Amino acid sequence: MSSGHSTYVPKSAFMKWFESRLPLGGLIHSSFIAYPVPRNLNYLWTFGGILSFMLVAQIVTGVVLVMHYTPHVTLAFNSVEHIMRDVNYGWLIRYLHSNGASMFFIAVYIHMFRGMYYGSYKAPREVLWILGVIIFLLMMATAFMGYVLPWGQMSFWGATVITNLFSALPFVGEPIVTWLWGGFSVDNPTLNRFFSLHYLLPFMIAGVVGLHVWALHVVGQNNPTGVEIKDVRKDTVPFTPYATIKDGFGIVCFMLLFAWFVFYQPNYMGHADNYIPANPLVTPAHIVPEWYFLPFYAILRSIPDKLGGVLAMFGAIAVLAFLPWLDTSKVRSAVYRPIYRQLFWVLVLVSIGLGYLGAMPPEGGYVIASRLLTAYYFIHFLVLLPLLGLIEKPKALPNSIADAVLTKHAGAGGAVVAQGAVSAPNTKG
Amino acid sequence: MSKPGLLIAGVVAAMVALAGAASVPAHAAEGAPKPPRESWSFSGPFGTYDRAQLQRGFKVYREVCSSCHGLGLVAFRNLAEPGGPEFSEAQVKALAATYQIHDGPNDAGDMFDRPGRPADRFPLPFPNEQAARASNGGAFPPDFSLLAKARTFERGFPWFLIDAVTQYQEQGPDYIHGIINGYVPAPAGFELQPGQHYNEYFPGHRIAMPKPINDGQVEYPKLPNGQPQVPETVDQYSRDVTAFMMWAAEPHLEARKQMGFKVMVFLIVFAGLLYFTKKKIWAKAHDEEAKA
Ligand code: HEC
Ligand code: HEM
Repeated sequence: MSSGHSTYVPKSAFMKWFESRLPLGGLIHSSFIAYPVPRNLNYLWTFGGILSFMLVAQIVTGVVLVMHYTPHVTLAFNSVEHIMRDVNYGWLIRYLHSNGASMFFIAVYIHMFRGMYYGSYKAPREVLWILGVIIFLLMMATAFMGYVLPWGQMSFWGATVITNLFSALPFVGEPIVTWLWGGFSVDNPTLNRFFSLHYLLPFMIAGVVGLHVWALHVVGQNNPTGVEIKDVRKDTVPFTPYATIKDGFGIVCFMLLFAWFVFYQPNYMGHADNYIPANPLVTPAHIVPEWYFLPFYAILRSIPDKLGGVLAMFGAIAVLAFLPWLDTSKVRSAVYRPIYRQLFWVLVLVSIGLGYLGAMPPEGGYVIASRLLTAYYFIHFLVLLPLLGLIEKPKALPNSIADAVLTKHAGAGGAVVAQGAVSAPNTKG
Repeated sequence: MSKPGLLIAGVVAAMVALAGAASVPAHAAEGAPKPPRESWSFSGPFGTYDRAQLQRGFKVYREVCSSCHGLGLVAFRNLAEPGGPEFSEAQVKALAATYQIHDGPNDAGDMFDRPGRPADRFPLPFPNEQAARASNGGAFPPDFSLLAKARTFERGFPWFLIDAVTQYQEQGPDYIHGIINGYVPAPAGFELQPGQHYNEYFPGHRIAMPKPINDGQVEYPKLPNGQPQVPETVDQYSRDVTAFMMWAAEPHLEARKQMGFKVMVFLIVFAGLLYFTKKKIWAKAHDEEAKA
């Protein structure tokens, strides 16, 4: 997307001087002001902005927490309680951070499903998509290690269960686990390295987000029709003010949801057991990871073999990286793919189902259900998507984004155009 | 609803569902009946603690429970802070002085005991967990500082979803209230070892704590006519001590909910303004579309 809606002209003498030495103003201008945004984006496209906001929020609250937190097995739990009780507004910072992690995942899951619905991973956006999968992996690692820091029962036992997974690897498994732990069980060295990495990874995420946005600005945003921009003037609007105000509105709405949990139910998404200090001698009745890991946890447990379970779990994430090549359809948007659209919703339901099963004890019918849903999850990506592209007959695509928007306006004018029923790609301005 | 609307709604519902499923407690009572739902002054978006109740609850804790249960994260001064029982500074000072605090070393290098000061935390009833277990038939009486947040029970589908909307989050207090009132005779044929007691709401029903409190055991402040403020019954004691435990676990609850209301109002107004600004800005683009 080289041609934006305008170019940067430095106003003051200082800015002219600076711009000829480091064209920062030009970069900001072309990225966040003149950048052409398809005019038919709906609110699902505000989640990128929401995610950026959440990343900054996590880093800011996290840096403040670190000022009061002590990473030591005998002190960590009480230092978090010190934050909650004695530090001015410490409760606020800590609840923002712990609920912020959940909010971050809510946003990222919506963002990813959006990409799947509208086929945003297809050429030329494969690298953009894969960078997203990397961010997702880094987020999971960050959140997992962050959850260990308060050193409650679930911190300790969650860390024990998850790190133990690596022991399933043949030959190298045991040494790897000892290496991860820094000893022969989850203990002080483990807490210290998790703390170090928990501080480091968000900045790596920020770096990959930078690449993600860069890639985005090279290939341009997808849009609900999945049709590429043909005429920048007709098909797009400048990022500022159009996208800025819309993203701003989306972020504030998301903050409302965030605030609901922080101020009224700050412990809803957590586990009561994590208010019990870690005790290596007492195993909780059920060891359950945080909600955002549950679908993957269900996949892990559905395979009777430990190594198989670990491979399936990582495979469930890895398969996403191959999505651009697994989906053989030329059409991007599910709006024009009647069968894919249904399969998409089935996948959403299957993922929710796996999440539910991940929270249930691994027994009886729950195990059978987890196996079925796990199988379906992989079949969706590895069998259905490749085949579907070959057999599905897509609906007629609009000629251009502008065309699609016009059709919608005609529809809104009273005439019920067949396309008008497909309100998704064209409404929402 | 439009497709993206549906998509957002669907995915948000999904996420909240997952979150709810996750809050299924690990400490789930296997097969134990769920404790009845009580009404608490601190529930809901405008909930506050009842000062008199917290003061009574503290009395129950101090006179009955404190011989076994610690309150290690709470300092005496907290009892005078806003949003809590709000004893006066003088009361707290006098109270602290009745405790002996192990301190030191002094200049001679010796450890010593001294009367407590408001900044001290409550001394623990036992020097360590082993000592606590040794005096309690092998069981450990958990510290009260966080217990009201560290206990819960399974709500099950669809309740965990409804709870996210209705803000029911007093599972811990309901459970504790249930435990104190849950001492009923064991059903015929239910085997109890010596030192075990039957409790309706305790997971597995075998609890090491004997019935901790009986009617009339703690004297409550009197009204001018000589009657106690509230009945001196196990049910009332249990409500009061549970409210006190909730405050101990979440001392800034009032400040949190009050700030929450302001934040919500601010965000709603801000969102409204942004919405109309956005409509205005986009109207230009829509005009172009109409003209095209
Ligand atoms: C004689 C010592 C003793 C006294 C006094 C006592 N408790 Fe306990 N309490 C215990 C022991 C021991 C346990 C652990 C029980 C177990 O794990 O089986 C316990 C456990 C509990 C539990 C936790 C149950 C759970 O889910 O783990 C609660 C709640 C409780 N006590 C409340 C009280 C209250 C309220 C009082 C004062 C009215 C009180 N206790 C007085 C010894 C005592
Ligand atoms: C990608 C962004 C991040 C995510 C997803 C994340 C996630 C988490 C989670 C889930 C917890 C456990 C919360 C709890 O149960 O109490 C946590 C704790 C913590 N995090 Fe983060 N975090 C992020 C960024 C950061 C950053 C940048 C820092 C510091 C610079 C930080 C510092 C801490 C500290 C000190 C704790 C322990 C205190 C506590 O438990 O509240 N985090 N984090």
